[in-house]
Amino acid sequence: MRARLPLQFLIGAAIFAAFALAALVSFLWVPHDVTALNIAAKLAPPSREYPLGTDHFGRDMLSMLMVGARTSIAVAILAVGIGMLAGVPLGLWAAARRGSLIDEIIMRGNDLVFAFPSLVIAILITAVFGPSATNAIIAIGIFNIPVFARVSRGAALSLWTRDFIMAARVAGKRAFRISLEHILPNIANVLIVQGTIQFSLGILAEAGLSYVGLGAQPPTPSWGRMLAEAQTMIYTAPRLAILPGLAIVLAVLGLNLMGDGLRDLLDPRLRRARQ
Amino acid sequence: MTAMIEARGLSLAIHATPILRGVSFALREGETFGLVGESGSGKSMTALSLMRLLPEGAEASGEILLDGRDLMALGEAEMCDLRGREMAMISQEPMTALNPVQTIADQVAETLIVHGAARPREARRIALERLARVGLPPDAIPPDRYPHELSGGQRQRVAIAMAIALRPRLLIADEPTTALDVTTQAQILALLKGLVREEGMGLMLITHDLAVVAGMADRVAVMQEGWIVEEGDTESLFTRMRHPYTRALFEASAHQPERRATARAEPLLVAEDVVREYRMPGLRLFGPAPRFRAVDHVSFTIHKGESLGLVGESGCGKSTLTRALLGLDPIDGGRIRLGGEEITAGRHMPARLRRRMQVVFQDPYASFDPRWKVGRLVAEPFHLLETPPEDPGARVAEVLADVGLPADATDRYIHEFSGGQRQRIAIARALVLSPDLVILDEAVSALDVSIRAQILDLLADLQARLGLAWLFISHDLNVVRAITDRVLVMQAGRIVEEGQTERVLTAPEHPYTQTLIKAAPQIPAAWRKALHG
Repeated sequence: MRARLPLQFLIGAAIFAAFALAALVSFLWVPHDVTALNIAAKLAPPSREYPLGTDHFGRDMLSMLMVGARTSIAVAILAVGIGMLAGVPLGLWAAARRGSLIDEIIMRGNDLVFAFPSLVIAILITAVFGPSATNAIIAIGIFNIPVFARVSRGAALSLWTRDFIMAARVAGKRAFRISLEHILPNIANVLIVQGTIQFSLGILAEAGLSYVGLGAQPPTPSWGRMLAEAQTMIYTAPRLAILPGLAIVLAVLGLNLMGDGLRDLLDPRLRRARQ
Repeated sequence: MTAMIEARGLSLAIHATPILRGVSFALREGETFGLVGESGSGKSMTALSLMRLLPEGAEASGEILLDGRDLMALGEAEMCDLRGREMAMISQEPMTALNPVQTIADQVAETLIVHGAARPREARRIALERLARVGLPPDAIPPDRYPHELSGGQRQRVAIAMAIALRPRLLIADEPTTALDVTTQAQILALLKGLVREEGMGLMLITHDLAVVAGMADRVAVMQEGWIVEEGDTESLFTRMRHPYTRALFEASAHQPERRATARAEPLLVAEDVVREYRMPGLRLFGPAPRFRAVDHVSFTIHKGESLGLVGESGCGKSTLTRALLGLDPIDGGRIRLGGEEITAGRHMPARLRRRMQVVFQDPYASFDPRWKVGRLVAEPFHLLETPPEDPGARVAEVLADVGLPADATDRYIHEFSGGQRQRIAIARALVLSPDLVILDEAVSALDVSIRAQILDLLADLQARLGLAWLFISHDLNVVRAITDRVLVMQAGRIVEEGQTERVLTAPEHPYTQTLIKAAPQIPAAWRKALHG
């Protein structure tokens, strides 16, 4: 039990770090330009020149995957950021005014967002404002808001009944200050874990939107669109579909392992049980 | 009569930390064996070793003999069969011991079905009979109730019914009444006593409370740091007390700190006709929701430098009253004045008024933000000052010294301190603004007796030096006697009796006070005399 928990986290972190590293390196250097078409070298098998081969336009797969990682991670980070920045304050506010009208308004508003199928709304947003990575970020971000609002409200509610919060109230502190000084630091671990999980869902959502053509637009490479473009050649060049598919699966798996590992590491109840 | 269960040289280590160091004892049928000790003495682990319900990383050695058969040699499957059938256990917290989504009759019947002792229909019949035996007859308490529909005492009765469903020969009760009120405690102890007598089983009673074992046990063992330091039949143990630790435990449990009268005639806090109501979940869709009156026209005065006790059982409105006094919750009637100024809840209460009153809570583990260092925790009430003190660190060090902690405590986190030290830190936090009144809400109830004695000394000393007033809320009459000048007795939201502590506790007038005092377990006066004589 003891040895397995960090291991799970380590594997997840290692997988994710590899993708993050590839994305960072792609800013400085990629083996081949991803916008340059080279029809002569189309559908080349893996070789020294093209470690993972080329696609039907002769673009280097490795370079495409590296830049695609950049797109996925950027979209997911920003979407989680939107969710946290808007959702956590809303959740803390609802918890501080628990049982009041404002609590009801915030939480029913959350339910309203939850009640819509997220993909449909994302399609709606991109249909109205045009498909782009930015609109994908906003669409995914909006659906992260109620997740973080609920998680932070739930975690904060159990803290509000604790004696040390009562002590802070006796010290004359207002709800805003208590939320900032006492509640937020104590729910940070829950938020980090939820953030990791939402991050992986964000990558998945970005791939999904790109797959239907609503995410990052050509020529910016993205895993989802690579997958979409490869489907007509699934029998002739299965590598084209397998590689981006594998990238998505591994990135999501790595983040989920990391999230689970973090949960075990950070949750004081589980920590106590382990000791 | 030979021993039914016997431990020989039982040792236990958890992750190589020794917990038990060669514990030996024997228990006969129909006998009540008391195991007394403070937290960390190993008394609960002794019980869990017998049941072999040990935490991960625990390694036990020695012998546990049930009718001469060594249980240490048995496999887990055989132990499963023995648990419940031959030996059963009830624990301190009756809420967590029961399954919240199963009716009480089903839970009692389950034990019978799991052990193959009865078919479901028969099991239910036996379950109802066992529930009736523990004082929950089906016609008074419907057996299809769920645990949350019962009171704490009733839940503990269900737990006992589950434990005795198969008529085990050994019942282990680990602090069975610690979470209960005194009157409920008296009823549960009487029930256990009756079960031992009528069913002839052996009872192993684990408690920190010497008075409880004095009234219950045939034989007593005192544990300290994994050893049994003294063992004997109850009367001779209490009248002789050969081991210094036993004596220290006894002295601490009846500790009377030296107090100097600091009470003055000047009123400090005056509560007049205070009413606090809660809305109950509405039963009807329209119309007014029913209201529950938690505090019902309460009036009292705390004088400057006085120590006032407030005694009552859980649900009597003590905590609600505390929150109203502190200005945390609004009141629905009457008024509370502190030094002539009216206390109003919420943001309308001026900081100037608020800083004259502070509070210490019961649970030293929940009273502090685990992510703050002690220096910052103790300094938190400085928020109530318009201008923070020039050298806040010096003031924090000063109050820490007042409560007997070194100045370098400021740089450590709260988990690095023991329960007693934490309660000192809580007192330091309450004192940092030099308030006139500190409310101590069950402030010593969660502490071991020896630590409790030290904290009581500290409180008496602080009052003598600083001349502040305590409102001491407690269910423990011994503690109230030790530390208060006057006492209020509260029942169902009302103050039913008020007077000088000594007078109220020796010659109570109200029937409820009389019940409370009668229910509190006492070490027989004759034994005390024999010990001191």
